[in-house]
Amino acid sequence: MLKREQLKDDFLENRLIRRRLVVAAIFIVILLSLVLGRLYVLQVVEYEHFATLSDSNRIRIKALPPTRGLIFDRHGVVMANNLPTYRLEIVREQVEDLDATLTRLMQYVEYSEQDLKRFKQSIKRRRPFESIPLRLNLNDEEVARLAVNLHKFEGVEINARLTRNYPLGAHAVHALGYVGRIDERDLGEVNEVDYAGSTHIGKLGLEKFYEHELHGTVGVQQVEVNANGRTLRVLNESPPIQGNNLHLTIDSRLQRVAEEAFAQQSGAVVAIDPNNGEILALVSMPIFDPNLFVNGVSYETYNELRDSPSRPLFNRALSGQYPPGSTTKPFYGLAGLETRVNAKDQETYCIGYYQLPNEPRKYRDWKKQGHGLMNLHGAITQSCDVYFYDLAYRLGIDRMAEFMQQFGFGEKTGVDSTGERSGLLPSREWKRRAEGMPWFPGETLITGIGQGALLVTPLQLANSTAAFSLKGTRYQPHLVKSVEKIPDYNRIEIASRVAGQYEILKPKNWEHVHNAMVNVVHGLRGTAYRISQGIQYKVAGKTGTAQVFEVAQDAEYEEEEIAKKLRDHALFVSYAPAEEPRIAVAVIVENGGHGSSVAAPIARRIMDAYLLEKS
Amino acid sequence: MNQSLDSDSASITRRILDALRLDPVLLSLLIILALFGSMVLFSASGSDQGAVIRQLTRILVALLLLVAVANIPLRMLRKISIWLYLGGVGLLFAVMFFGEVGKGAQRWLDLGIIRFQPSEILKLAVPMIVATYLANRVLPVGFKELVVSSGLVLIPVVLIARQPDLGTAILVGSAGFFVLFLAGVRWKIMISLGFLFSAMAPLLWKFALHEYQRKRILTLLDPESDPLGSGYHIIQSKIAIGSGGVYGKGWLNGTQSQLDFIPERSTDFIFSVFGEEFGFFGSVVLLLIYLAIILRGLYIAAHSNENFGRLLAGALSLTFFVYLFVNTGMVAGMLPVVGVPLPLISYGGTSMVTLMMGFGLIMSIRSAKRFLV
Repeated sequence: MLKREQLKDDFLENRLIRRRLVVAAIFIVILLSLVLGRLYVLQVVEYEHFATLSDSNRIRIKALPPTRGLIFDRHGVVMANNLPTYRLEIVREQVEDLDATLTRLMQYVEYSEQDLKRFKQSIKRRRPFESIPLRLNLNDEEVARLAVNLHKFEGVEINARLTRNYPLGAHAVHALGYVGRIDERDLGEVNEVDYAGSTHIGKLGLEKFYEHELHGTVGVQQVEVNANGRTLRVLNESPPIQGNNLHLTIDSRLQRVAEEAFAQQSGAVVAIDPNNGEILALVSMPIFDPNLFVNGVSYETYNELRDSPSRPLFNRALSGQYPPGSTTKPFYGLAGLETRVNAKDQETYCIGYYQLPNEPRKYRDWKKQGHGLMNLHGAITQSCDVYFYDLAYRLGIDRMAEFMQQFGFGEKTGVDSTGERSGLLPSREWKRRAEGMPWFPGETLITGIGQGALLVTPLQLANSTAAFSLKGTRYQPHLVKSVEKIPDYNRIEIASRVAGQYEILKPKNWEHVHNAMVNVVHGLRGTAYRISQGIQYKVAGKTGTAQVFEVAQDAEYEEEEIAKKLRDHALFVSYAPAEEPRIAVAVIVENGGHGSSVAAPIARRIMDAYLLEKS
Repeated sequence: MNQSLDSDSASITRRILDALRLDPVLLSLLIILALFGSMVLFSASGSDQGAVIRQLTRILVALLLLVAVANIPLRMLRKISIWLYLGGVGLLFAVMFFGEVGKGAQRWLDLGIIRFQPSEILKLAVPMIVATYLANRVLPVGFKELVVSSGLVLIPVVLIARQPDLGTAILVGSAGFFVLFLAGVRWKIMISLGFLFSAMAPLLWKFALHEYQRKRILTLLDPESDPLGSGYHIIQSKIAIGSGGVYGKGWLNGTQSQLDFIPERSTDFIFSVFGEEFGFFGSVVLLLIYLAIILRGLYIAAHSNENFGRLLAGALSLTFFVYLFVNTGMVAGMLPVVGVPLPLISYGGTSMVTLMMGFGLIMSIRSAKRFLV
């Protein structure tokens, strides 16, 4: 076969291109005829059909919002459900002069600037035939007044809709979170189609974290309506599917006991089952009523809550970061033994303060006159600071940080809620990065008694304590025990996940520290001895008192003279029964003073309620 | 007397147009279409004068650019095509890394003063580079030319499809493909590629398409399945067009379009407003104007005396048809919802400018021959 002629021949090429152009033109005419044919079918053949749909009667597509999943506590107590409430809604398409209607409506019902703003926002997003809520949660009087006058308002409707309700009110608000009206930002995070018809969305906490489970699937109804918008018949319907129910690990009774034990003080409590990471109680005080937020909180109430000095909106249990104080001593004690830096009967003489070699600065013990000769057991029982200054000095910050990290300090626990913070585990590396400064030996000392840059969240502290009680096995704490799938009501258990494992080198080491912690509560000289009165089980615990501000060198510290805001935080960590722990508790009372007198009794009441009382 | 004056003025217009190197037939058709479009836009935007004024400004700017492009000699066009192409592809990479995200897709590049979509450049640059490349080769194209050209087309197409902007990817891809088609890729090869593509379709469906794109195609087959989402567009658009009937409801009288039933009614779905208000009769007239524009472009291509002009003018005219077909097909519920505007009528500046510049190229090709002879 001959090779193809490689010379250009303009005549042949022109002919080729022209032929192709003709072919293309033919294709174009054919395809355009197809479009015209299609238009002919729509506009001429099926004209009647579409004219009917378009003119006197229209097809309306109504989104049927799903009912939000319910939330139960571990014993089946309802913590979140849905109640019918009346709403004032407007179908824009049917209102001739929207502004005039809104003005006239003011004679019969009050609505706020905020209501109006939100209404105008959603009217832009939603389709003209959808009912857009103007006011939620109408009371009986408003419903009655409106119902009588409704005939004057075309396109204005009163509709009963299911609205989120928290039957326990303020109780457990920080564990649950709450739902609120959907705003622009929320819609960016979800598939808008799924939320056509929905007015609420999880804003915080569990309600937000499990939004995808709780929300459910939107339903659709195609109805034919007449020119006045009255439904003539339903053409097609696919009903909404309710959101999945959540069964929590929270024990609402325990939650209430903890809240009551706090009385008027601010702080947080987290109780965890160490054997699986189930959170039994998650309390942040003070609390507030989440029902306020469901229907749009008023500016005044919101400002009041926001500006209150006790900061009720702040979820201390997850987002609060506190110096852990002496509650870290059992961990450092164990670190000393495990690294063989310290022997269990090695002794330090406490004279009330500690000094680094060649440094004038005095690192003071909380007991001015000193504890005398101390070994590890005594130092934990009586919470001797000097002993731990010395231990920290010998351990060094690197080993301390490395050890603490294995118990979950300095990192998020990964709890299934929103707003969790990581605390702070200081190290040489961290200080260089964060402050561009070298690490000073003095900082090692104060880290050794849980002060300085070291910060923990109450959840973290409880979880680390739980891990300690299990000899190093740390579970990921979680709030949801099982998800009940709708429509078949299958309960899917949330598996407990081990988040970290510290292998104890010598079991004796752990036992030694553990015994000291039991002595903190049951020993005559233990700092938490007073809570052991009439106790029916064994507790291992550790008190803590965290300085909020630093006392100047050689200055006297008079509690009475210090403004409440600057007073020490009181802390207590514990687990019980000591032999076979079923509950681990961390308590922080802000500006409460001493851990022994303020925080420990709260923990005792929670442990009593959990271990003794049958629900 | 009068007659001679008329012919005088006619010849003056003629001379001006010649001096500006413009094609009177094409130019008048384009202006008629754009003005007609502004009228539809006035109705579609809910009698928004501001929108119409903005659109008219764009038309003016686009026409000025058309004149500018028409005056670039072909030699120069061939030379700059490589830089235009490389620059465009470079910018596409820039968008991938620094682009702004708008409506869920990363398409825009913010240059401080203006934000623009680099993919628009490729609508012209791709047919230009392929035409430049093939113009000096022996036609019909051989295997090597086919491979090189396909590469030139596919690189930007893949980048654009990933943004994701399926509409523009289709337009850029077809512009490049049409050059190859006109350059005589053998039917055998095209048919086998067609088969290969259909065989790969399930894979593309699974891996190349975004979830929302899959959904749109499924919705087309059964609009009722997603009436709250993309099916809504199709249902409402069909109702609007269908209810227009033979003569339409009249300008500004379309109930569906006036009542906000039609989403995107001044941009991609403007044809449903048109169909409702001007009916089947109006649609036929509109499509005939489009057809006339396309045929004029093909005529110019056929009468150019060098391959570059033939290939480029032909490909650009055919791409213009793709705009029209994809858009009307989508609005009439024949094709999936893809973001392609109704050319020269949809509200928006970028496509207007690109299209007019494309016609500027065609006019430059036309005058190249006239000046040569």
